[in-house]
Amino acid sequence: MTGTLTQRTALAELDDVGFGYDRRPVLDGVTLRLEAGTFTGIVGPSGSGKTSLLKILLGTVHPQRGRVTIKAGLRVAYVPQLETVNWNFPVTVAECVLMSRPQGIRWPWASATERVEVHDTLDRLGIADLAGRHIRELSGGQQQRMFLARALLRRPELMLLDEPTSGVDVKTRHEVLHLLGELNDGGLSIVLTTHDLNGVAAHLPHLVALRTRVIAAGHPDEVISPAILEATFGANMEVLAHAGMPIVVEGHHRHARQA
Amino acid sequence: MSSIWTSFLEPFAYQFFVKGLLVATMAGLLCGLLGVYITLRGMSYIGHGLSHAVFGGFAASSVISFNYYLGAGIWGMASALAINRVSRSRRIGADAAIGVITTASFALGIALLSLYGNKGPSFDAALFGSIIGVADTDVWVVAAVTVFTVIVVLGRYRALLFSTFDPDVADVSGVRVARTDALLMLVLSLAILATLNIIGVTLVAATLVIPAVVARMLTDSFSRMLWLSAIIGAVGGFIGMNLSYHLDVPSGTMIVLVDAAAFCLVLMATGGRGLRGAAGLDEYVDGPLSLTPRATPSQIAP
Repeated sequence: MTGTLTQRTALAELDDVGFGYDRRPVLDGVTLRLEAGTFTGIVGPSGSGKTSLLKILLGTVHPQRGRVTIKAGLRVAYVPQLETVNWNFPVTVAECVLMSRPQGIRWPWASATERVEVHDTLDRLGIADLAGRHIRELSGGQQQRMFLARALLRRPELMLLDEPTSGVDVKTRHEVLHLLGELNDGGLSIVLTTHDLNGVAAHLPHLVALRTRVIAAGHPDEVISPAILEATFGANMEVLAHAGMPIVVEGHHRHARQA
Repeated sequence: MSSIWTSFLEPFAYQFFVKGLLVATMAGLLCGLLGVYITLRGMSYIGHGLSHAVFGGFAASSVISFNYYLGAGIWGMASALAINRVSRSRRIGADAAIGVITTASFALGIALLSLYGNKGPSFDAALFGSIIGVADTDVWVVAAVTVFTVIVVLGRYRALLFSTFDPDVADVSGVRVARTDALLMLVLSLAILATLNIIGVTLVAATLVIPAVVARMLTDSFSRMLWLSAIIGAVGGFIGMNLSYHLDVPSGTMIVLVDAAAFCLVLMATGGRGLRGAAGLDEYVDGPLSLTPRATPSQIAP
């Protein structure tokens, strides 16, 4: 979703897209171009249309206005929020990863090729020896790696992640971001949603600030500015610079000063 | 010892008992297998509801002298699809959808029988199950539904598992979730319909839920839970039917009591650990591996 990398192959293009529920607009006039090999973060407050945008890219919802063009045969994988998963579900790590091959008549047991693929993918993510574990027994970082393994087994060109660092600790957030950076270096296109400006958005190469409309798009240095943040989040924020990176600080609250 | 053995073998001389035993064992296996999906989808109440909905079809087909299996089957399937449709809309929860559609169907069945009288199979057998009401047709119907269910569960194993675990992600990963759900509802309706005479409207829900819950208490693996639940259901059906003959208690009642006894035994054997696992009360456990990030996030940005 950038206007500077026009030579790259477009994976998806949204042209003046509008979408809403019960006459309430969620997305309005959204125009974006998602190109191969990019790593994009979509930032915005709750209800800004981030998840709806992902659903449009996944093809599970259709816009009520505008045009969406997806590259023919594009392989897309989706990684859900950890908080939405039933961790008590009786399934082992290997069983969970193997779910990504559900099409057609599939026997319960994995084929020899599938066993090798599952092992290699888990090994690549450093959790091969946890294959027989119940999913509840994993740490937050390991749980996210498991879902990344499940997504990677689909051999995607584009991976969409919904708030991948929501509800996880700082160490896990670092692990996940590092891992995604490596996957992107390997050629995988990534789009993730986040509301974490300092912990996630500031570290990504490209950002889209969304609040029903696209407020701004570009490098974090361009997007993370007081004016754009106020237009996106509707709150007064200050931006400081530290080690060449923007750091967002919430503006002073009047009652806090009085205290 | 030999007198106990003789007493155990005595009913096997009667054809009605052998047929009843065969049907009860297959019914237990069938309900045990499907119960895994039902309980994990948080739809335990659907067995109770659907059996009541099927009763509406049972009464309607009795009133118009229509084939029981066909009439109740169509009625049950329509109810199951309606429940599935309403609960997927997310405005109304699955429990409320089941409550509205199935109780209305049951009430309609009672009203029809009160107005026009029963011209079909026994009313009591439909409610509580009967050991003596098993005809050759019942054996073949239960056998056919069991084989069909096993084929569906094996052939659509991953699609059923994925759409049970996470329907939203399954939907974007190539699983036709709506079609998979409809298939499960079809198989469930057929299973309830086929086992109604032997287990009864009021008790069929227990044979769907208890074996699956017991299996869940014993394992954390989905595939193991599936075959364990089927075996527990089949054994419950076999023992329950034998006790039903010897104690002269309705077959459905004894099958459910045997399943409930298995639940208590496993609960005592696992000391409540299994129940905590099944109920999702386990505390969060950190894995053995502590993965150290190889770079800080700032190194990702170019």
